[in-house]
Parts: sequence; structure tokens; C-alpha cells
Amino acid sequence: MSSIAHATPRRRHGEGLKALLWMSPWLVGFAVFFAYPLAATVYFSFHRYDLFTLEFSGLDNYRYFLTDDRAWISIGNTLWLVAVMVPAQVLFGLAVAQFLTHLKAGAGFLRTVFYLPSLVPVVAGTVSFVFVMNPSGPVNQVLGFFGITGPDWFGDKDWSKPGLTLLAMWGIGNTMMIFLAALLDVPKHLYEAAAIDGAGAWRRFRSITLPTISPVLMFSAVTGVIYALQYFTQAMIASRVASGRTDSAGSTFVPGYPELSTLTLPQWLFHAGFRDSTMGYACVLALVLFAAAMALTLVLLRRFRAFADDEGGGR
Amino acid sequence: MTALATPPVTAVSPARRTGARGRARRILYWIATHAVAVALSLMFLGPLAFVALTALMTDEQALTGDLWPTSWNWGNFGEVFARSHMLTWIGNTFMYAGLATLFMLLSSIPVAYAMARFRFRGRKLAFFAVITMMMLPPQVVAVPVYLIWARFDLTGTLWPLILPMLLGDAFSIFLLRQFLITIPREYTEAARVDGCSDLRTLVSVILPMSRPAIAAVALFQFFYCWNDYYGPLLYAQISEENWTLSLGLASFRALHSVQWNLTMAATILVMAPVIIVFFFAQRVFIEGVTLTGVKG
Repeated sequence: MSSIAHATPRRRHGEGLKALLWMSPWLVGFAVFFAYPLAATVYFSFHRYDLFTLEFSGLDNYRYFLTDDRAWISIGNTLWLVAVMVPAQVLFGLAVAQFLTHLKAGAGFLRTVFYLPSLVPVVAGTVSFVFVMNPSGPVNQVLGFFGITGPDWFGDKDWSKPGLTLLAMWGIGNTMMIFLAALLDVPKHLYEAAAIDGAGAWRRFRSITLPTISPVLMFSAVTGVIYALQYFTQAMIASRVASGRTDSAGSTFVPGYPELSTLTLPQWLFHAGFRDSTMGYACVLALVLFAAAMALTLVLLRRFRAFADDEGGGR
Repeated sequence: MTALATPPVTAVSPARRTGARGRARRILYWIATHAVAVALSLMFLGPLAFVALTALMTDEQALTGDLWPTSWNWGNFGEVFARSHMLTWIGNTFMYAGLATLFMLLSSIPVAYAMARFRFRGRKLAFFAVITMMMLPPQVVAVPVYLIWARFDLTGTLWPLILPMLLGDAFSIFLLRQFLITIPREYTEAARVDGCSDLRTLVSVILPMSRPAIAAVALFQFFYCWNDYYGPLLYAQISEENWTLSLGLASFRALHSVQWNLTMAATILVMAPVIIVFFFAQRVFIEGVTLTGVKG
């Protein structure tokens, strides 16, 4: 593509061919790692497949899905995370960011401190949390100091998901940082005007701060939900460390300890496909996950013009 | 936490803070913010401190729930290296993270540039596809993708995680594109008038201007790989010589079941590099994170 001929900035012909050329590696990637696997997932979902034999089985996998208790438990757990963990993260992230904007000194230092845990590698962070929240660990010692008998967090089916929620709140660094940037972007004069009009702090927060940052809030809620749908590592590590079992080839580790309370949909999918070798069935679970993720992505795209911005640069 | 959501009015209108009442309020405000700051700091740093302290305890003390080591066993770190294949794990993790990051940059920058600059039909659709891929849980296509790598006999290695990076990474493309569209078109047009080819324009005009964004995506990619557990679990679990730090650490507790001190020492060793890098590259991180949020 010699450019001498294109000296005028606006050409009548598009740059389709050139764009195709430049984007070709990714287009191949899209076909090989997205389009084809997605089609293959649908295809396999109608088959019995164990890596060696592929056999058409009609709707058997789907029928099995309807009666598979553990699949429904895992869906329930994933929904629990969406309904509790994501709002907890967003609200806590917002509260911490809001707090930082009110500090006169030391905000920069504290921002670093609060951000730090989100950098801790997921496996290391989860192992740490299981240990810190063990029945006689420091968390329960602190609770004991206030006269509360702490639960057996990751060993108790009622407390394992709240434990994971606390782990998620510990790692809100990124959310906090995005909110902080958004809060600092709210025009100061709006607050001043409102203060002169006699608006209280809560009122100012509700009628100035919230509307201004709502796109950022919405964005992080939706991405939070999408990440919650993929929730895998923390739940798996927590159940492994708490139960003391490993997941090596040949062992019979079933995720979800204690009592399937931390079994999420991606974990059950992984188990079905790669530990039980029922790959056809795993594909049914994959399609359920895909439908949920896709629906949310569409919400995201509809809500945000920045995402659907077709004339880049706005010029 | 309610104190955060409803800060006293005095925070915004200092001019009104006069008299004894104002003073009392100011003192209360000072106490409240400092109490919250201390509580939050404890919450965020406490677990890390406790892990670090436990890493230095003896086997027996680590089981007691004590907070402070009676003796400082720095040898625990050496013990971790002696008892596990830590060095192999570190080597594998560096290979995975390093190559994946390098490949991602080589492949994703041109794609992001094309999406941000060229005018073509289907550009909206292409961007839509990037976002869809970015949001897709990796488990959705796991079975067919695994079968592809099994056909090439690469399961059991980390290559199934590294090689796809040669074909672009959706998240990085998204982030780079978000940055590149903010560069005024005048720069590229000027280069074009001067007779620069597109490639020259990218290399000598755009890349130098995009250093912060490139640094951010590189760091994100590197850290993603460093942290990744799902990918190595899927492909490399079956062959111990290809384990990464995540896999190693995940099985550490089971192999050294009662030695929490060693597990915690291993945990610290996995965290340390990340935290050290963060302190040197703090600005890059913070700018990068802010870039991921949408504006307006």
C-alpha cells in the first residue's frame, strides 16, 4: 500500500482491504478460537464423547442436564455470587473511593495500600485467606475479642460463600481505582452550587455524584457479573486448601468443598469435561454459560455508546 | 461504613466552619476519617502481614493461631526451595508470561491500530466481535479448543496458552484501541502527507505516543499469566515438569499438609515479585486501570 496516491486525507474508497490485511492475524484467531469452537460446542452437545469415541445421542445430554442435581447446585452458587458478591464489591469499592476523595492528606499513600491486595496472585491470595480465616485464625480472634464466635468459614457450607465474598472485597483495588478516577472527574462547581442551595451531603451524593458516575458504576457492575460467571480459581483453591485434597490425575477430588457450597458452574463444566470425560455433557453446560454471558454482553453494548462508538476519535 | 457515604457538610463548605460547634465537628470528622483509614488499612494489609509472620514461624507454632513468631525462621524460605520444584515453576511461569506478553504485543498492536484508524465497512462489527471475545468465559469453548491442541499433541505443555497470543488478545486489543482513538487524526494524516507508509506511521509516530498504553497492556498480560491458574490447570496439570507457580502453590498445601509455615513462605515467594514490580511501575498500573473504565 503505497501512500503517495493517498495524499488527500479523505478518500472515496474505504480502507477495507488494508484493514483486512492488518487484522488478519486476529481474524484467524477469531475463527480458530471462537467461531469454530462455538460451533463445535453445539455439535458435541448432541453427542456422547469421551475423547475417543464420538457417538450421536440426540437430546440425551440436555435431558441429563435437567436431572443433574449438581449442575443446578452449581448454577445456584454462581447466581448467589452474582447477587451478593458483585454488589458487595461495587458498593465497597465505591465507598472506599468516596472515602479517599474526602481525605486532605495521605490519599495517595492509602490508595496504594488499598490497591495492593488486588495485585496478589489469585492462588496466593486465596491460600492466604483460607489460612487467615481458619477457625482459630486472626479473623476469628478479632471477632472473639468483640464477643462473637467466628464460624469455620471455608469449612462450613453456610459460610464458605460469604468467605469468598470477603476475599473479593479484599481485592477491589481495580474497581476502587476506576471509581476514584470517575469521582475526581465530577465537576467541583456542581458541589459548590448545591452546597450554596443548602443540599446536605447525602442529597449531593444522590443527585450529583451518582448520576455523573452512573455509567462507570454500570460498567463495573456488568463486567463484575461477567467475571462472576467465570468464577473458578478462588472457589477451587479454597475448597482444595480447606479440604486438604489435591486435584491430580487419577485422584477423585470433587470440587465444591464443603458440601458443594463452592461449586460454581465453570467448575462443574471443567469437572464434567476434563475429569469425568463426559465432554458432550460439558458442552451443554458450556452453552448455558455462554447464553448467560452473551445476554450480559448485549446489555453492556446497548448501554454504552463508548463501546459501540463507530467513528473512532470522534473527529 | 456509613460515615463514608455521608461525610459532614463541613467537608465541602469550609467557609461555614466557625465557632465552637464548627470546631467540635471538625475534630469529630478528623477522628472519624482517621479511624476509618486505620480500619481499612488493617483490613487490606492485615492478611498479608499475618501470612508473612506465619511464614517465619516453626512448624508447631504455625498451627497454634499465634500472631507473632517466637523465633524467626528465615530458613523456611530455603526449605521451600529445597522441598519443592520452585525453581522449575518460576522458570515455567516466566516462560509462559514472557512469551505470551511478547506475542500479544506483536499481534495486537497492529490490529488495534487498524480498528482505531482505518475507515472500513464492518468496523463496528469487528469491534463488537472483540468485545464478545473479551467477555466470553474461557470455559465456554474449552472442550473444542482442548481437542485442537490434543490433535497437535501439545496438551501437557504450556504452548496451548502461549501460541494463541500470536493471533491477538481481545482484551489487549480493546484497551489499545481505546487509547489509540484518543490520538488526534492530524498526526497520522501529517505523516501520510510526508509520504510515510502505514507501517512507518505506526512505528515512528503512533508507538512512541502510545508508550503508557503499551506498557499497561504488557503489564496486564504478564500479570494475567503470572496469576493464571485455570489455563495451566487445564493443559499442564498432567505433567509436573511444566507446572507454573500457580499450580505448584495450589498443590503445596496437600503435599506439606501440616506445615502451614512452609505453605505461607511459598505464598510470600509467589507474591513478592508482583509487589516489587508494582512499586517500580505504579504509575503505569494506575493509568492502565483507569483506561479500562469507560468515560462518560
